[in-house]
Formats: sequence, structure tokens, C-alpha cells
Amino acid sequence: MYYDVFISGFGGQGILLAGQLLAEAAMEKGLEVTFFPSYGVEMRGGTARCTVILSDEAIGSPIVDSPLCIIAMNQPSLLRYQESLPEGGLFIVNSSLARLEDVQRDDILVRAVPISELAIELGNARLANMVALGAFAQCSGTLAPEEIVAALESVISARNRKLIPLNEKAILEGARYAREMPVFQMHEVEKRDGQTY
Amino acid sequence: MSSGKRILVKGNDAIGMGAIKAGCRFYFGYPITPQNEIPEFMSRELPKIGGEFVQAESELASINMVLGASALGVRSMTSSSSPGISLMQEGLSYMAGQELPAVVINVVRCGPGLGGIAASQGDYFQAVKGGGHGDYHLIVLAPASVQEMYDHTILAFDLADRYRNPAMVLADAILGQMQEPIVEREEEVQEPRKPWALTGAKGRPARHIKSLLLKEGELESHNRLLQEKYREVQKHEIRYNELEVEDAELVVAAFGTSARIARTAVSKARSEGLKVGLFRPVTLFPFPGERLRVLSARVKNFLVVEMNTGQMVEDVRLNVSGDASVFFYGRPGGAIPTPMEVYERIVKHYKEQ
Repeated sequence: MYYDVFISGFGGQGILLAGQLLAEAAMEKGLEVTFFPSYGVEMRGGTARCTVILSDEAIGSPIVDSPLCIIAMNQPSLLRYQESLPEGGLFIVNSSLARLEDVQRDDILVRAVPISELAIELGNARLANMVALGAFAQCSGTLAPEEIVAALESVISARNRKLIPLNEKAILEGARYAREMPVFQMHEVEKRDGQTY
Repeated sequence: MSSGKRILVKGNDAIGMGAIKAGCRFYFGYPITPQNEIPEFMSRELPKIGGEFVQAESELASINMVLGASALGVRSMTSSSSPGISLMQEGLSYMAGQELPAVVINVVRCGPGLGGIAASQGDYFQAVKGGGHGDYHLIVLAPASVQEMYDHTILAFDLADRYRNPAMVLADAILGQMQEPIVEREEEVQEPRKPWALTGAKGRPARHIKSLLLKEGELESHNRLLQEKYREVQKHEIRYNELEVEDAELVVAAFGTSARIARTAVSKARSEGLKVGLFRPVTLFPFPGERLRVLSARVKNFLVVEMNTGQMVEDVRLNVSGDASVFFYGRPGGAIPTPMEVYERIVKHYKEQ
């Protein structure tokens, strides 16, 4: 099994925390994992991106140019990264902040989730990263949403412990939405040439 | 590896954890991206265990504080990134001359000059050829994973003490910033006794630690002894990793992050039926040249991949047999070779045999 994903959005959307949580959950599941953040220039309102690689074997390159999945949390990410997806790649788009009509590719799987709106409905726009992870878990089939929930305790700092139940709710809500999306087809995790190690 | 619990750790933090595990209680440093998590970690953790963290006024001050602490016989460390390491070269030369152990971490960024904050391997020459003045060598380790960032830091302290010589961990910005699972070492680290350390001469003859040797012939014989020591290091401390070199027609040689990228390219080549292997020097000084010489009796094509314009490739060329071809692929200035680019080079040169 090999899977790699970019998570991209504005600084302040919790992009790096989402990547770290995914990495932690995968590690706790027993997988090998590499998490690589963009660094140095991230700030609130700027661009943040991270790469997470999951594998059941030793991971080679920490640098990925064409990941199996991209989570675009905003419009600039949608525009910038859609070309990076391979044919058949999974494009999870935060349709609250990115325009689906700007997706030019017809050879990828697009999953539109109103991530920010779902987060606001749960009571806080800052839950968007958790909603996104829930949708990712559901669409990619790499981890169960519950496995991501289980890693919350390791990633959320002690003083924010009380926020765990809300984050859990957001992850499960993202997964629920993705599961019930009318166009949803389970995305198979396929071994892809050049990415199967 | 021990059966301990895996924890997800950032590369720079793993260096701090390794240092503390190794018994380092004195850290001196000056901030610079992309290694700032190391001083941050040490400033948080050292006071808890009775250690000292000093943010020095400059890199010159940092390395000379390390020199001072080391002369007293304690394990001390500094860390920086390329421009800061350049500023430390005088101190490193002094410590090599004085035979003082210490650990210096270089989380390499791109240059020359202030350059940029992205990862690079442009400091290979500086690290392995002696960036300061005089005939000396550092012991240089090249980690390629977060686990090795931890392990190599501990190893660097052990080797530095064993040979009374500064040791450098040559990482890069990618290794510093990425997170991977590591398992911490359980068994205690043994620190050797240091009968040369300056601990106060009351009741015993005075000891001297100096690099100014003016008596006739004194400096030449000191240099001969240093060279003898470097030969011992070369004899005992060479480390490397190999992947599928047994039947390889082409071997990719790369260290650190480049070796990780090359690994993906090599696996892809293998899945396409090409007989390709990977050779990864773990120690850059001592360089595993002898092993390359042996390999090149059979393998005639080598591809060296680096994040620079060609530095380790010179050491590969020096060591392989005369009828072997050594090709190079590198990207400088913070550009990172992609696995696909390396794969394409493998295919190109594989056919050239």
C-alpha cells in the first residue's frame, strides 16, 4: 500500500495540523509515514501546504510531485495544484471557498465538499481542517475516520484537550457528507507506477 | 532496533532528543532557518535536566563556547545552517588542532551567500574537505531519515569522544523540517573518561589544550599524529547502505535526502526490469571509497545524484576503477531533484553502457 496527498490552503486554516494528524493516525495504525510541511513563509492568510506519505514499506522520496490526492482548501490551491494530479487522481475541493467550474481536468475524480460551511454549521470555521480529513478518509479509503479521531489526543495540545469532542464531530461529519454525496463512488487505492514502494 | 514505542517527530527535534540522550548538557547557538527548532528544543529541555542553553551573540561566539565547554570535558553541541556554519570554520579548525570533541549540526540550506532557506547539499565540500584552514578532517555523518537524525546525533557524540575530534551531522532543510516515526534508544549512552580535560590542576600536573605549536618540528609531528588518527577513523568507522546492488548494471550513489529521492527512482527502475541499485554513504568522512572501488570491478555505470552542482561525485570518481563511467545529476540553489527526473537519468545512462 502506498498513498500520498497534498493538503493546501490559507495559513490559519490548520493545514499543517491536519497533515500532522493524518500522519499520526497512520503511524498509530502501524504504517510508515512521512510528513513534510511548507515552512518559512507560512503565516495567517499566506499559503500553507503539506505532503503526507503513507506506506506499508519504507518510504523513499519525501518529495512528491504528483500525489494521488490533493485537498484544495481554497481557490488558489485549486488553481495551482490541479495540474499536479495524475490521471484518476482524487481532487477533494472545499466548494465553500473554491469554484468547481475552474476545475479544468476531466480525467480526475473530483469530490466537492462544502468544507467551510459544514465547519460553520458545527459552530466554528476553524474545524474546516477536520471536516476535510473526514472527507479524505472516506474518499481515499486509506484510513477509517475513527482511526483519525483516535489520533486527536496525540496531536492536540493539553490545553486544548476540551476541544477534542468537537474535532471528532467535525471529522465524522466530513466523512458522513462524503459518504452520502450523491455522485460518490469509492475511490480505489490503486498501485500506481512509480508510486508503489 | 529496540521494540520501543514509535513517536512522530520533526527532524530538528530528533536531533535535540538525540543530543540529550547522548548526555549533551551544553548547547550554544544563534538562530537561523531552517534549524531553529533545535535551539528552541534545547532551550526548553536543557534547563529541565540541569543543562545550560546559551543563545550566543553570533556563530563565532557559539563555536568558541562549544570549544570552551569541550575543553572542560563535557559534551556540548551547536547547530546552525550553511551561512552560520561558514562563520564557525575558524573554531572548527582550532578544535581539530586541539583535538577537542564536539558535535556540530549543519541543517544545510542553499547558497552561496545568504542564498535561501530551501534544502541543499552544497556544503559537502566544506564539511568533508575541511572548511577551515590547515590539514584536518571532521567526522561527517549524513542522515537520510528522522530516525537517523536521532541516531546519528548520538553516534556523532560517541565518535567525537572516541577520536577527540569534532563531528558534524550534515543534514538539510528537508530532513530538518519533515516528520517521521522514530524509536528512542533505551539503553544508556556511555561517556568515556577524559583524562585530558581541563578540570583544575590542583594536586596534579597541569594539562594544556592548544593549537599554537611553535617549537621546531613540533607542529609537523602534531600534524603527523592527526593524519594517523584520520587513518584510524578511515579504518574503523566507514558506514554505508546498499540496496539491490548485487546484480546491478547501474548503481546510483547519493547521500541524505538525495538518497531517499533516488530510492524511489531505483524502485521504479527495478519495477521496469532495469537492474539498478543504490549506494548510500552514511559517513561522508570517512568516505566509503574502498567499497565503491570493489563495486566498480563489476558495475561499470554509476549515477551520482546530489542537491548541488557536483561535489560528492568527485569522491566517487576518485575511487571507482578507471573503466567505470560516472554520470552526474544534480540541482542546486534549493531546487530538489524529483524521483521522476532521477528515473529518467537512470534510463538514459542505463542504455549508454
